[in-house]
Amino acid sequence: MLVLLVSLIFQGSINKIAMDHLVEIDNLTFRRADRIIYDGITLSIPKGKITAVMGPSGIGKTTLLRLIGGQLTPDEGDIQFDGDSIVAMSRKELYQARRRMSMLFQSGALFTDMTVFDNVAFPLREHTNLSEDLIATTVALKLQAVGLRGAAQLMPSELSGGMARRAALARAIALDPDLIMYDEPFAGQDPISMGVLVKLIRGLNDALDLTSVVVTHDVTEVLTIADYIYILADKRVIGEGTAQQIKESDSELVQQFLKGKADGPVPFHYPAPDLESTFFGGDK
Amino acid sequence: MKFFQAIGANVIGKVTAIGRATYMLMGALLAFPRLKNIPLTIKQLHVVGVQSLLIIIVSGLFIGMVMALQGYTILVDYGAEGSLGPMVALSLLRELGPVVTALLFAGRAGSALTAEIGLMKATEQISSLEMMAVDPLRRIVAPRFWAGMISMPMLALIFSAVGILGGHLVGVDWLGVDVGSYWSIMQSTVEWGEDVVNGIIKSLVFALVVTWIAIFKGYDSIPTSEGISKATTETVVYSSLAVLGLDFVLTALMFGIE
Repeated sequence: MLVLLVSLIFQGSINKIAMDHLVEIDNLTFRRADRIIYDGITLSIPKGKITAVMGPSGIGKTTLLRLIGGQLTPDEGDIQFDGDSIVAMSRKELYQARRRMSMLFQSGALFTDMTVFDNVAFPLREHTNLSEDLIATTVALKLQAVGLRGAAQLMPSELSGGMARRAALARAIALDPDLIMYDEPFAGQDPISMGVLVKLIRGLNDALDLTSVVVTHDVTEVLTIADYIYILADKRVIGEGTAQQIKESDSELVQQFLKGKADGPVPFHYPAPDLESTFFGGDK
Repeated sequence: MKFFQAIGANVIGKVTAIGRATYMLMGALLAFPRLKNIPLTIKQLHVVGVQSLLIIIVSGLFIGMVMALQGYTILVDYGAEGSLGPMVALSLLRELGPVVTALLFAGRAGSALTAEIGLMKATEQISSLEMMAVDPLRRIVAPRFWAGMISMPMLALIFSAVGILGGHLVGVDWLGVDVGSYWSIMQSTVEWGEDVVNGIIKSLVFALVVTWIAIFKGYDSIPTSEGISKATTETVVYSSLAVLGLDFVLTALMFGIE
């Protein structure tokens, strides 16, 4: 009896953890060739929230999304998606899991040989047996959500950068995923598109009960929409918390990143032999 | 020491590339074929096959015409211009049809396949397929591969047929070879198994090699403008060399050893 009770409580607590966090990354190490990208990072993505992952360019923020999506395999550590380990999954299980997640690529990655309509219909046609009528209705709904219903018959080459990203977003939510990952959604956008995207990410997250991960280095946008923020640098997590906690962080590195200071813990100069020996050393 | 190291690294690189290429091909071929992919294959047949028709027909016509002209000037000295028909037909069916078609195919369709797949990779379309739980090997590679395998033998046959007509145009209509001997000696000399089928077998082998190289080079390219340009060049160079080398081997196996 007691054992049953204990095991029930135990079970309950496991379920609770699994419920609170959709993605759990535990002590993950990843190397590319001989370069260490991540050295034992641990972070979790809370369910139903927008989590931002920030950090300087070139530290592998996109790599993190690819690791979650199972496109890359970590050298050590584990990644759990809704309680199941992505790392241990067979190819088939991984493809099943990917139907529940989607990713918005930086370039949009629309298929250039199809119209916007067909692009959004693509995942539906691949993974469901819906009739064409029903697909047309679903696609119209998704495009309406991103404000592009009128652009359904355009080719991707006819769209502006912001519109392409919105069309890709419509495609990403076509199958009503649980998790959506945004790879640099604000990069290279004008202020209006930026505002539209911020509104869409927040709106879709709340309306569709999604879990969102936004990878970016646009500080101001992120501080306005993210529920929880991780700052990565130097192969690890250097700061985490809500927007308020991050702003008040006393880490020099976090402050340098938030305020965009040219010099600080992340140095202005690329490592080089010292100045004196270069200019006056005599040796060439 | 550096020199030997470089050789070793190069060999290892090449061998692993062959391994990756085989892995990719098997992934595409062993993937369970799905009805949804048939329209994709038909579309690729159009792009790879139908759109190559013009260059194949024009080249076939001119090669046939040139062969008739060259053959006639030699044969007429021996009074054997009646054998012009079989000469043109045999050279086309056995050698020039499959080989020149494969070379043209590599330049026309192979380079396009490499560039297309390379750009799909550069614009993250392949990654996004993976993330949408759609296997890119099944969706991108398999239809293109089958389109190449189906269209190349057909193109080679069309090439030979047009070439024979070109030979007729020059040999019979212009130089005055007897029309009856052109066709009848051709009919009695050309054998179905020995000549036509062997040509088709060659063509199938070339189709496999050229399409495989083209698709793999695209799939394996470094997704930058420089990387794609390099991959496209390599497709044409490697497939041309492979076709010519394999042609010798196949000819030796088919016709060399009695």
